[in-house]
Amino acid sequence: MPPLAAFLLLSGCGVETFLDPQGPVAAQQRTHFWLVTALMALVVLPVLTLTPWLIWRYRDRGGADYEPRWAFSRAWEVALWGGPALVVAVLAALLWINATRLDPYAPLVSDADPLRVQAVGYDWKWLFLYPDLGIASVDLLAFPAARPLEIELTSATVMQSFFVPALGSQIYAMGGMSTWLHLGADAPGRFGGENSQYNGKGFHMQKFEAVAMDDEAFEAWARHAATAPALDAAALEALGREGVASDLARALDRQGGEILFGGLPDDLFARVMSETAKAPMAAHDRADGQ
Amino acid sequence: MTLSGFLDAALGRLDWNALPFWEMVAHPSASSIINGLIASGAAGVMVLGALVTVWALTRYSLWGALWRDWLTSLDHKKIGIMYIALAFVMLARALAEASVMRTQQAVGLGGGFLSPEHFGQLFSTHGTIMIFFMAMPFLTGVINFVMPLQIGARDVAFPLLNSVSLALTAAGAALVMASLLLTPFSIGGWSGYPPFTETGYSPDVGPDYWIWAVTLSSLGTTLAGMNFAVTIYKKRAPGMTMFRMPLFCWTALCVSILMIFAMPPLTLATSMLALDRYLDFHFFTNTGGGDPMLYANMFWLFGHPEVYILILPAFGVYSEVISTLSGKKLYGYTSLALATICIAVLSFTVWVHHFFTMGQSASLNAVFGIATMLIGIPTGVKVYDWMLTLYRGRVRLGVPMIYAAGFLMLFVIGGATGIVLANPSLDYVTHNTLFLVAHFHNMLIPGLLFGMLAAYAFWFPKAFGFRLEEKWGRRAAVSWIAGFILAFFPLYGLGLLGMPRRTVAFFEPAYLPFTLVALAGAGLVLFAFGCLVAQLVVSIRERERRRVPAGDPWDGRSLEWSIPAPAPEWNFAVLPKVETRDPFTEAKEQGRAYRSPEDYEDIGMPRNSAVGPIVGVAGFACAFGLVWYMWWLASLGALLGLGAMLARGFVRDTVRVIPAAEVRKAHEGWLAMVHATPRIPRHEENTPANLGHAIPASQEEQ
Repeated sequence: MPPLAAFLLLSGCGVETFLDPQGPVAAQQRTHFWLVTALMALVVLPVLTLTPWLIWRYRDRGGADYEPRWAFSRAWEVALWGGPALVVAVLAALLWINATRLDPYAPLVSDADPLRVQAVGYDWKWLFLYPDLGIASVDLLAFPAARPLEIELTSATVMQSFFVPALGSQIYAMGGMSTWLHLGADAPGRFGGENSQYNGKGFHMQKFEAVAMDDEAFEAWARHAATAPALDAAALEALGREGVASDLARALDRQGGEILFGGLPDDLFARVMSETAKAPMAAHDRADGQ
Repeated sequence: MTLSGFLDAALGRLDWNALPFWEMVAHPSASSIINGLIASGAAGVMVLGALVTVWALTRYSLWGALWRDWLTSLDHKKIGIMYIALAFVMLARALAEASVMRTQQAVGLGGGFLSPEHFGQLFSTHGTIMIFFMAMPFLTGVINFVMPLQIGARDVAFPLLNSVSLALTAAGAALVMASLLLTPFSIGGWSGYPPFTETGYSPDVGPDYWIWAVTLSSLGTTLAGMNFAVTIYKKRAPGMTMFRMPLFCWTALCVSILMIFAMPPLTLATSMLALDRYLDFHFFTNTGGGDPMLYANMFWLFGHPEVYILILPAFGVYSEVISTLSGKKLYGYTSLALATICIAVLSFTVWVHHFFTMGQSASLNAVFGIATMLIGIPTGVKVYDWMLTLYRGRVRLGVPMIYAAGFLMLFVIGGATGIVLANPSLDYVTHNTLFLVAHFHNMLIPGLLFGMLAAYAFWFPKAFGFRLEEKWGRRAAVSWIAGFILAFFPLYGLGLLGMPRRTVAFFEPAYLPFTLVALAGAGLVLFAFGCLVAQLVVSIRERERRRVPAGDPWDGRSLEWSIPAPAPEWNFAVLPKVETRDPFTEAKEQGRAYRSPEDYEDIGMPRNSAVGPIVGVAGFACAFGLVWYMWWLASLGALLGLGAMLARGFVRDTVRVIPAAEVRKAHEGWLAMVHATPRIPRHEENTPANLGHAIPASQEEQ
């Protein structure tokens, strides 16, 4: 797809994608992507050009050579198996290096300590817990641009997939268990995030914003969040109901749609995880809610 | 028992809400009326189609013929044709759904006209139908029709089982069709991932429709796989060694083995999901010790070999088409056979690549990624082998060759994006996006579907005795190719921009130009389908000018071209003796073709049986009863189906003997006709002069 992707970049439409990376993970993924694309062009271009040529050159009654019984050549066999094998060998080496280096579970190389965030997927919003700061937010992942993110994820409902295209890798969030993702931003900025795993009728609305801030702004934001009401049982119950963030804001009577929590119950993440795994089915039976 | 108690027992959980227009009548709003009208329109078209069919069958007194000549027939050719007819009907529905979805996304910036539930049902039925009730019946039908003819057999190994396989598949398709009238279908996608499809999150009947439709289809496919494998192992004509089989038969064999080993994990996965939903088991729930990741593993343990079940028969078709329409031996036969085997084996080692993002360790993902890339090697070999078959041939750009050319060029692009996705670290940014959707459509439309349409054009004369019209066929082929490019290349772009799949609406204005181009592509694809319909109508109307009674319209190379068109019930008057590859070409070149056999023998062919249709009706009844909790109907269906199969065990008189004299009369008559028919060179093959008697390309003066 090189022409198409080039068009995307040249068009400068400002859409967020790993092809216009805003963090170290996405940047490596972009390099790897173009490398793989270039290598594949070696295989694809001969087919794209030679197929029409062969069909024209050897058309019926076209006067070209005709060898109806020719069906084997040792040299061609070696080339046909060897060529692709060689390309795949190079690709496999690249694959191994990048799969290891971009392992979403591996911490990013950085002098700064990572910021620990716990993400919980709900229908159809994300709750971000900051266990070290005792605060939480809904559909807003704020973090200092100078520090890498260390995100632990789970789902309070069905499978979801946490994805910020401009920063790179996505990972599933699943009920009763946790997964990990390490991301970072190069500089302060606002990046669109989404759930990419279909989870029902509000799926297309499940968007969030990842905001990389400079240190001062982040500290100010954290102080601001700490003044918000605590994440109590009523708020947890409201989070568990189907609806997007604006529905939740209405339920919690938050002005301006901003949903922050200034205090967290102990071990909330672990509790959500174990309760999702243990809860009787009826507890989140949606037939009741409709 | 009170009336309401009786109705509850009789109807289970079926009530007025199931009707597609009920919501808009009960709660009228702009959205419910628009969606209600679309859903009711679709159901109406289906009901109307059924009524017109019933009326036509009655008006022209065709019920008896339908029953005797088709539904109860155990002839592999007729069963194959019925499979393909089913595939075309289901293709029409799934294409219509695709067009509605494309239209929705073309106006979906910030809204659109479809409700999220409606959109969810559309992508779920579209995927389920295209895989299980379009692609699978199409390729099973083509294998059914072609493979026994190519290996020189009179039927498959288990003719009755063949009919039962078809009936089970048709029952599954009927269940999906029923969900149009008695809604809703699942919104959980074609892969039906729990816990979303568990009762806790989807308490309605949708996932149950999906579970039982897929279960019926997977049972039918497992049985078909066994049947084909045994046929190839045991029913080859004398001298037809494995390495003399046409390449299509190699792909059919590998596909059969994949069917036998890959379908059971699916049957198990859907059965376990059913146990979760009906009997409160906890295999795949979040709760009670269940694990949804198990489902993902089981589903894709089926799902990845399935991809090769879909693509290998098309590879076989392309091998036959490219070789025949180049008037040349297939280049690298042994390589192609070995590459097919490699792909079949490797297809079992790559399933994790469907969920690299589930949190496995990097090294595990890397191993599965590399295994995935390895498949690129034999596939690349195949592509180059086909190109070398064109090399120094005499290539005719007939309809099957247009599809083959489109396939070669588009398929490598799909392969390249597949290699991108095989990299776990790149999959992390493309998974669940439209890039993935574009990739698998790129493999399945130019790969599978073009292959099947090429097969349809190529073998149609053998099935019905006349050639398909050429002009509409070309229009269809070119529109399919252009429509595919317009509809799916923009999706690669959207995927790279991070647009997730299964999105009813979006909020990023930059997506809009892409979805508009994709809509134009969908329109062109619809036009292509219309061309196929027009082609069939025109061909039937002009069939007398297109007849190829001598049976060899394309200067064919394998055994199926050495018999009349349409092929007689017994296929071969005398079983052929095979000494080489491309036996019919060799025979023609050496002047041995169309010789009278020394002697004829009585031929035993399977008698008709009603067991297949009964099992089909019973399977549908059982599944429909299970969906709506009509336990009486489910039990009745199960008993009827099992009873019919048990009863069949007591039927002793299953063979109908066709006396040697009758075979002799038919065959000698045909041979005399062939000898009286002028032989034509290749450039006349699309003219009325083509009566199916070919000058071998290698002996043609140019």
